[in-house]
Amino acid sequence: MLTKEQIAQRIAKEVKTGQYINLGIGIPTLVANYIPKDLDVVLQSENGLLGIGPFPTEDKVDPDLINAGKQTISMVPGSALFNSAESFAMIRGGHVHLTILGAMEVSENGDIANWKIPGKMVKGMGGAMDLVASAENIIVAMQHCSKDGQSKLLTECSLPITGIKCVKKIVSDLAVVEISPEGGFILKERAPGVSVEEIKSKTEGKLIIEGEIPEMTFE
Amino acid sequence: MINKTVKNAQEAVADIPSNSMLMMGGFGLCGIPENCIKALLEKEISGLTIVSNNAGVDDFGIGLLLQKRMVKKMISSYVGENAEFERQLLSGELEVDLIPQGTLAERVRAGGAGIPAFFTPAGVGTEVAEGKEVREFEGKLYLMEQWLRADFSIVKAWKGDTAGNLIFRGTARNFNPIMATAGKICIAEVEELVQEGELDPNQVHTPGIFVQRIFQGDNYEKRIEHRTVTK
Repeated sequence: MLTKEQIAQRIAKEVKTGQYINLGIGIPTLVANYIPKDLDVVLQSENGLLGIGPFPTEDKVDPDLINAGKQTISMVPGSALFNSAESFAMIRGGHVHLTILGAMEVSENGDIANWKIPGKMVKGMGGAMDLVASAENIIVAMQHCSKDGQSKLLTECSLPITGIKCVKKIVSDLAVVEISPEGGFILKERAPGVSVEEIKSKTEGKLIIEGEIPEMTFE
Repeated sequence: MINKTVKNAQEAVADIPSNSMLMMGGFGLCGIPENCIKALLEKEISGLTIVSNNAGVDDFGIGLLLQKRMVKKMISSYVGENAEFERQLLSGELEVDLIPQGTLAERVRAGGAGIPAFFTPAGVGTEVAEGKEVREFEGKLYLMEQWLRADFSIVKAWKGDTAGNLIFRGTARNFNPIMATAGKICIAEVEELVQEGELDPNQVHTPGIFVQRIFQGDNYEKRIEHRTVTK
């Protein structure tokens, strides 16, 4: 099984030079730590910044400079600042190439649920619905099963959905799967030491297995 | 130029009545109008509807207005940092309208720009789409969303001049410039107020036409929600 850091590390391999990328809160934020230094990419923060840098040193902390998770951040050289309407013009307008976000559930046709659990406190969707409705490529970072062992890769989402037919790829603690345009989770890679059988037993939705499934490697 | 200055926050918010609709700039606690929030707390008003991306935290920002039961309804995209908010919501004292963040921003922008409705892909196929017109454009589905306008919009900028021109700083810009355009009366509080002619027009983010009242605030706390540092 992959740690959260390893999920982030595996997702970082999907990043290509020249991309503008929006990273969600949680594991997706960690992806920034693993993007190879020789790639030219720009991280977008939907509260109004292109060019997120590392967390600042203590003496450089600036309350006027935060990310969408309300953490203090820095800006890389060449950054740009803008208002919220312009930020979502970038997102909905298709100018952000890649969105990486977390999920509570994903269905085999690419629906995602990550904003609401009925009966529990509802905190809101933030920018997630705009992001999933718009990005050309959406990769989800998630745990394959809930804490009580229920699969989160489903035939249909049971929770209120955030967006329809939008997820392209999932990196979970057990596997990398792609969503087939015809429906179904196409198994592409296994986490080290995890068998195809285990992934199959922990995937409630349709799992498509073609040929040998390679094990992920980490440097 | 028309002089927009008022003495202070108390004067700026003096005529805001109960049951009015307000917009307040800020993302989390970043770029919120701290001085006007304090001045509102001193007023005996209630039943406010507040459009703001977030609802502050328990003891700062809009959270203070909630503590004093001044708010009837919040229109926001994310409200998760506030225990009093949760209590009032669950007890039915407070209404909340949750809106995708980009839709919220565009509804405010549209309100200020005189565009009564627009189509967005955000929320298609979800609860957000319930009761809304859905239309197909070039093979993709979009929802119709309507503009948002307010009686007063209250924004916070870094610098401003007596003509109401505003310059924002860092990510404290967020919803402030668009909300400035969507209130019948826009109140701007700034960290530094200068005379007209002292701001470089090339650098102005919000032209003074959108601002009706401006004053220099004081004692900005600029509270940080999550102080994250590189050691």
